Amino acid sequence: MLRFILRRALLAIPSLFGLLVLTFFLIRVVPADPAAALAGENATPAQVAEIRRQYGLDRPLHEQFVVYLGQVARFEFGESAYSRRPVALDIKQRLPATLELTVSALLLATLLGIPLGTIAAVYHNRWPDTLLRVLSVAGVAIAAFWFAIELQLLFAMDLGWFPLRGRMSSGLAAPPAVTGFLLLDSLIAGRLDAFRDALHHLVLPAVTLSLGGIATIARFTRAGVLETLQKDFVLYERAQGFPSRALIWRFVLKNSVVAAITQIGLLFGALIAGAVVVETIFDWPGIGFYTVQAILTADYKVMLAVTLLIGVIYAAVNILVDLVHGLIDPRLREQL
Amino acid sequence: MLVLRKFAKDRPAVFGLAVVLAVVFVAVFASQLAPYPGDVSASHLLRRLKPPSWAHPFGTDNLGRDIFSRVVLGTRGALTIAVMVVGTSMLIGVPLGLIGGYYQGWGSEAIMRITDMFLAVPQLILALALAQLMTPSLESAMLALTLTYWPFFTRIVYAETRRLKASLFVDALQCIGASSPRILFLHILPNCISPIIVRATIGMGFTILVAAVLGFLGMGATPPDPDWGLAISESRQYLPDAWWFSTFPGLAIFLTVLGFNLLGDGLRDIVDPRLRRSR
Repeated sequence: MLRFILRRALLAIPSLFGLLVLTFFLIRVVPADPAAALAGENATPAQVAEIRRQYGLDRPLHEQFVVYLGQVARFEFGESAYSRRPVALDIKQRLPATLELTVSALLLATLLGIPLGTIAAVYHNRWPDTLLRVLSVAGVAIAAFWFAIELQLLFAMDLGWFPLRGRMSSGLAAPPAVTGFLLLDSLIAGRLDAFRDALHHLVLPAVTLSLGGIATIARFTRAGVLETLQKDFVLYERAQGFPSRALIWRFVLKNSVVAAITQIGLLFGALIAGAVVVETIFDWPGIGFYTVQAILTADYKVMLAVTLLIGVIYAAVNILVDLVHGLIDPRLREQL
Repeated sequence: MLVLRKFAKDRPAVFGLAVVLAVVFVAVFASQLAPYPGDVSASHLLRRLKPPSWAHPFGTDNLGRDIFSRVVLGTRGALTIAVMVVGTSMLIGVPLGLIGGYYQGWGSEAIMRITDMFLAVPQLILALALAQLMTPSLESAMLALTLTYWPFFTRIVYAETRRLKASLFVDALQCIGASSPRILFLHILPNCISPIIVRATIGMGFTILVAAVLGFLGMGATPPDPDWGLAISESRQYLPDAWWFSTFPGLAIFLTVLGFNLLGDGLRDIVDPRLRRSR
């Protein structure tokens, strides 16, 4: 198993290196004059020249790339033009908010998606299946930003059931930060009022973000369960008179979730990207909101750091998915 | 014929096809169908933010423009983006996939590594990063989306080519001395056309969705374009009073994307025998 983990981790190195090359090109090569971009619109030619020298932009590309690698390795992303603070510090403070949101959305998507997909497969080609098929295609077709706004319109503005934006009511003191996850921190501090408030704020953003995930997980679970249902062992158990319900929820499902787990892993990456939109609409103080602010203020350093961060999370999740596969199905370990 | 009959039985797919055809029709005849075609740029401050009525079925926006007309006119932009992005991605991605899959050596290896590199970054993030490097406009959005979408075609065509390359008919062609480009473009390409079409159909819906996100975030279409994403972004200041302002452009996005996705799904079920079995 250890060898499998090592080999899988080694395979991630080329794609991470590729990511570094890509971001380097984005920052240094694509803009006509990166120094001018860094200096801002109102800079004089002398200031631009100074920045070019200061950032080593007058040196050959391969030398710049080596310097760039060193900076990334030391987490030196410079200071954000938007918040006037080190980018690494900003990210450290904002990452828990994004993770809290995405993990909740993923949990919701899994808890709803797997049972829905299973039900659809059991009622194959009957109305629950058709309904789910249409719903799951619809779930992927909805623009998340629009759905979020409609949810706000209905549940926050009209009905007033949920708060409109933010992570916590402004009148409430936040619990002392231990993990950065508000739900966990408020429980650690024993503050049930804060826990309830944070959960209340989490509902609409998490539901918006989980929508596409529910659809995807349900589809892959359905396909997996359908395939397993055709296996001989199911026929055998059925012939033995094994109760159908227990058979499906205990044995068939366990044999069918491999593809769905891959999707859960891939979804995590997609959800982090989706958080960009959802956080913007709900003023959620996470990485996504930060990214959009950075884009609108042309804050290159932040953009670079965030793109790298998301790429690394993507790669890490992919490794994790393969490891889980290896645990579920030992045959896959041999293939690598 | 058998394929057609099979397709006709698949009701969601037929519905998808109908929606797609309707959207194309609306896009082509947009200026005839829109009751106020001048409302692309005109403003009528006297009738701003009016709720839906007979004269304005979807209501009016913050500048008094008829939202129904703008949704209809926006169809053209959305479809143009989708066709351009998917078409260009295909032109880039398909030949690269053919070459990468057919030849062996460092060239192919380089193509596939670069493809994987692009696939390693979430598409939306990459598109955002690219779009912000250029000045915000429809053209930059299209370029950014194309740069992020071509690797999907390369991946599919690569896998198909690798599979087909080992088949007997390619061996036979090589034996009778057919040139490599001939084998690639006249024999292998037609055999991988179906997965390409499926991917392109789903890609159309996907591109419309991502383009709307770019428009919404202010990195795509610029005012006064009748862009759906842009309209939703503008509507946010006027909520909750002007609910119609955000709702109808969003429904237009939803219906269009839904049409393409249902059609793509139906096509995939026909094309991919492996999935057909499980259905």
